[in-house]
Amino acid sequence: MLKQYETVFIATPVLSDAQMKEAVAKYTTLIKDNGGEIVSEEDWGLKQLAYPIQHKTSGFYYLIEFKAAPEFVATLETQYHRDERILRYLTVALDKNAVAYAEHRRQVRAGKAAAAKEEPQPVKEEEVTVEPKENEEA
Amino acid sequence: MAENNEIRYLNPPTVEVRKKKYCRFKKAGIKYVDYKDAEFLKKFLNEQGKILPRRITGTSLKFQRKVAQAIKRARSLALLPYVTDLLK
Repeated sequence: MLKQYETVFIATPVLSDAQMKEAVAKYTTLIKDNGGEIVSEEDWGLKQLAYPIQHKTSGFYYLIEFKAAPEFVATLETQYHRDERILRYLTVALDKNAVAYAEHRRQVRAGKAAAAKEEPQPVKEEEVTVEPKENEEA
Repeated sequence: MAENNEIRYLNPPTVEVRKKKYCRFKKAGIKYVDYKDAEFLKKFLNEQGKILPRRITGTSLKFQRKVAQAIKRARSLALLPYVTDLLK
């Protein structure tokens, strides 16, 4: 029985692009090799940290949404823990509302990406924050 | 005598009408509070980055728990600070 999870990790900013790709590939293959499946991936790029971690003030954020057996999460986290490139990680199980939200978020992001492609603007926000639906109020 | 004791105002005394607080999640029909959206979660923090109580934000208990959980997750991912000054 596969359950849906979502994991975010922060890699050290000293990695090159190729090294970062390799790190991502390591975890995606790890998920696939353990009978899981990748639902989606999101690269947030280099972001400033809100507080320093291991004397570093920025890090590469990467989000993977996947389906896997519950036993696999411990394996994944052990791998994260042993990996010196990873500063921080968080894995959470998604309930049905979270899955719906993730779906919505993906569509919004895809829509934004398409819009950005149509009219390339010089000022592009590097972090897209998606409001959970319309929640405007006074 | 009686009319001398009577208090009279030049302007009618303003009776403070308090706006009823409401839970924004219930009103907007939001079911999931996302820890990845730091900008949204900042609405529930004070300037030191502390979580605001329900009596101020008006959030229902159910969603206050979810907001608190999401903020704590965001903090651990360094999306939000644990302690700070002049947030916002």
